[in-house]
Amino acid sequence: MSVVTADEKSARTKQPSGPNQGATSARSMSNVSRRLRELVELITASKTAMVGLAIVLFWVFVAIFAPLVTSYDPNEQDYTAINEGPSAAHPLGTDQMGRDVWSRLAYGARTILILGPLSVSVAFVLGIALGLPSGYYAKWIDEAVMRILDAIMAFPTILLYMIIISAIGPSMFNVVIAIAIGGAPGVARLVRALTMDIRTREFVSAAKLRGDSDFQVMVREILPNCRGPLIVDFLMRIGYAAFYIGTLGFLGLGLPPPTPDWGGMVQEGHGRMIANPWPVLAATLAIVSLVIGLNLFADGLREEALRYQ
Amino acid sequence: MDQMPILAVNNLAVTYKTRKRDINAVRDVSFKIYKGENLGLVGESGCGKSTVAYSIVNFLGPNGAVTNGEIVFKGEQLRGRPESELRKLRGADISMVYQEPMSALNPSMRIQDQLAESLIAHRGFNKQEAYTHSIEALKSVYMPDSEAVMQRYPHQLSGGQQQRVVIAMALLNNPSLLIMDEPTTALDVTVEAAVLDLIAELKDRYQTATLYISHNLGVVARVSDKVGVMYAGEIVELAATSAIYRIPLHPYTMGLMRCLPDVDAPKGTRRLYPIVGRVPSPANLPPGCIFAPRCEHAIPECSEQHPELVEIEPGHRVRCVRASEWLGKKMIWLDREEALEPCPDRDDEALERLIKIDNAKVYYPVPYKTMKGLFGMEKRRYVRATDDVSLSVRRGRTLGIVGESGCGKSTLARAIVGLESLHGGKITFQGNDISEPLNKRDLMTIRELQMVFQDPNGTLNPTYCVGDQIAASLRRFKTVPPDQVQGEVERLLLSVKLDESYYYRLPRQMSGGEKQRVGIARAIASNPAMVVCDEPVSALDVSVQAAVLNLLLEIQTQQDMTMILISHDLSSVRFFSDDVAVMYLGRIVEIGPCESIYTPPNHPYTAALLAAVPRPDPDLEPSGVRLSGRVPSAVNPPSGCRFHTRCPFIIGDICQQEEPPERNFGGGHKIYCHLTPKELEQVKP
Repeated sequence: MSVVTADEKSARTKQPSGPNQGATSARSMSNVSRRLRELVELITASKTAMVGLAIVLFWVFVAIFAPLVTSYDPNEQDYTAINEGPSAAHPLGTDQMGRDVWSRLAYGARTILILGPLSVSVAFVLGIALGLPSGYYAKWIDEAVMRILDAIMAFPTILLYMIIISAIGPSMFNVVIAIAIGGAPGVARLVRALTMDIRTREFVSAAKLRGDSDFQVMVREILPNCRGPLIVDFLMRIGYAAFYIGTLGFLGLGLPPPTPDWGGMVQEGHGRMIANPWPVLAATLAIVSLVIGLNLFADGLREEALRYQ
Repeated sequence: MDQMPILAVNNLAVTYKTRKRDINAVRDVSFKIYKGENLGLVGESGCGKSTVAYSIVNFLGPNGAVTNGEIVFKGEQLRGRPESELRKLRGADISMVYQEPMSALNPSMRIQDQLAESLIAHRGFNKQEAYTHSIEALKSVYMPDSEAVMQRYPHQLSGGQQQRVVIAMALLNNPSLLIMDEPTTALDVTVEAAVLDLIAELKDRYQTATLYISHNLGVVARVSDKVGVMYAGEIVELAATSAIYRIPLHPYTMGLMRCLPDVDAPKGTRRLYPIVGRVPSPANLPPGCIFAPRCEHAIPECSEQHPELVEIEPGHRVRCVRASEWLGKKMIWLDREEALEPCPDRDDEALERLIKIDNAKVYYPVPYKTMKGLFGMEKRRYVRATDDVSLSVRRGRTLGIVGESGCGKSTLARAIVGLESLHGGKITFQGNDISEPLNKRDLMTIRELQMVFQDPNGTLNPTYCVGDQIAASLRRFKTVPPDQVQGEVERLLLSVKLDESYYYRLPRQMSGGEKQRVGIARAIASNPAMVVCDEPVSALDVSVQAAVLNLLLEIQTQQDMTMILISHDLSSVRFFSDDVAVMYLGRIVEIGPCESIYTPPNHPYTAALLAAVPRPDPDLEPSGVRLSGRVPSAVNPPSGCRFHTRCPFIIGDICQQEEPPERNFGGGHKIYCHLTPKELEQVKP
């Protein structure tokens, strides 16, 4: 009997617990809030992540409140004020059609901040659908999937995008498709590598021992434990996507005019860059700052999460 | 002793900076080591043993620092010395042996270059001198075939050989001080025994002062002259080994000894007494005596003032206010120790054979390396992890399976529950053929056969709270109606001595022992007929091991559950099992009722395993049977008797040519060996 009491006592002393019944829903709530609080702690602990987050939040704010922070419609042409430098009326000047550069920048942020996450999300859906079974089953399924992805990855990214866009035509929807197809192989590889590691853990065996199907094991046991690296990768990829959307815009394969689009602004303005550098400079800096912001955020998060372990 | 100590540590304090706060990992640690002396530091993980060692050589890392005290080496203060001077000392006059020999050696350098490096750097030898000296060093650690070993890379050596190289390297420059941090923990028990023999002998030969760190009381008893017991960053007891093992004076030391399963005690004759609670975090120490909250002898005074390390009798220092009361009394077993009767032997034949395994084979294919192989023109080669194993377990009994790593015991366990598919043979469970892997078994079979896993950090999914993970089993197997799941989970948590508040805990908020309990609760949730436990306690601290073993034994006896316990630790197997099977390289070499395994006649391999168990008694002379060499590859197992390459009792060609016959000693005790029954009687550990 001494054994039992000793053990019970040990359990009690370990956890001086409060009331344990009836308060269950409150407990699960506090579990969620605790996780959120830990996430906030994680982000605030890293200066890198904070700087990145501030830059990203600046653009998110501008995009959401575009009508409030600008005084012109992005497509409003004022032929009395063409190619002007910064002034009180136009803080970043005007372009060759007399459109306000700051307005186009602000509304362009909307485009990129919708298209970026959207296309990366599609890439993640595709990548996870390919990578998870590939890493889980290994053997010939893995071989088949990986060789196909290798073939896609053999194309230089920008070339791949150009091929896809020229095949299906430039439109907002097709840009999303192109970036999703271009990004999916990278995501699939990451998911596959993580899966190959996690499937050997004992909780996966435990799930099989309660009769979980392969699909349940993959989605319930393995995928949630990939989330750390996947979140970081997601942020990084939004940065790349912003960059590529800009590049496609510059090549004239992006969004059809007159949609405000950062890459398109560079394309339209680069011919008169010496005479009026403002549209090009502003749009370039916008792309660069967003990409850097997302990268800093992702990097800081990753470093801090690693140290946290 | 009037001479100057080689190392004197006085009032050492070490602090680690973390994001949240500073952690005083080591406080007020003082000890001296004289020439030719071996001081053992023991304690559970997180007690600051390694931190003490690292502070001597200033390897504390960027966030650690010695904040108080002095480290005096041969009369000179080491603390605050510039890194360049310490570097000259390290490797020359102070050397270190680490836990993982594989990571202590550079995998891209030949052994001869690694050994020579330190001689050339510290003593200015030329290459030829360094080579001759290195060979000498390898010979001094009894490295067989040292010339050939010099040419090899670390991965071409076995774990025991690697650790010999590391020890030889540490001794190269005749250091005055040798620091060994768990040097045998990563090794198999038979290899550990041989390395311990070596360490004990080298100490006598070279008179090197040694600081020996280990969590294993048996190991320290074997090699140390003096023992310091550490608890939560302080030394709580410091005395000569013989004194401390005979009459421990600190309750923590007593607790550590009490919770060890004894390899010499039959099942049911002893209980394990775990130490209540767990080691407090150095950031959150209790007031007064830091051990008081877990101490059975605590009096109110204990939680008021912090006791000093006081010399109770000559050479025996204890940090406990009541220590003098116990002077001269052996207090280990307390007064509540009851004389237990050995478990009554149940009528074997009356019990149904719950599971029967016939000639089970589990092979893993070796990937093809040639073009020919890829096109199917080469014979497929296999790792024969488990090769032709037959055994059966009767209902309500426990079978222990022992053997060194790589003997196929875990593979067999996974094949039984269906996680590996059989390459050949048959498994019958409750009269049904269950030779199929898991995805072809029906839910009722899966439900009846559950498993407890080894790694507490891997056994639970880090994403979900523990209640949900147990509930998932209950829902799938419909053990209870859906509306009672929550209540049943709480009942299961209680049955493994956790309370209901653990329902919403995440795995990372729990200690290893607690996670292992949840793993047990999950395994018994479906009310299975049989549970396979794969090394359930090997990753836990001794005091926690005891609690988990007690729990398993209690569940087993109360629910009359059939269990298979896989373990490399012969003590816990003896504590827990009715029958034991000893495996070597995929085969069973000896099987029978527990008592017959632990007493002669024995298979030579079993004898070697028994001889290798480190016993926490410094007066016991280490016994004879030692194995040399490494476990051969399971791709090409030796012909005849698989053990013949390492067997000390080999009798000739017959061992290499013929499969060993079965020697039946009655009562189910079988030994597979060419030695005659009479000769086997002479095989003693």
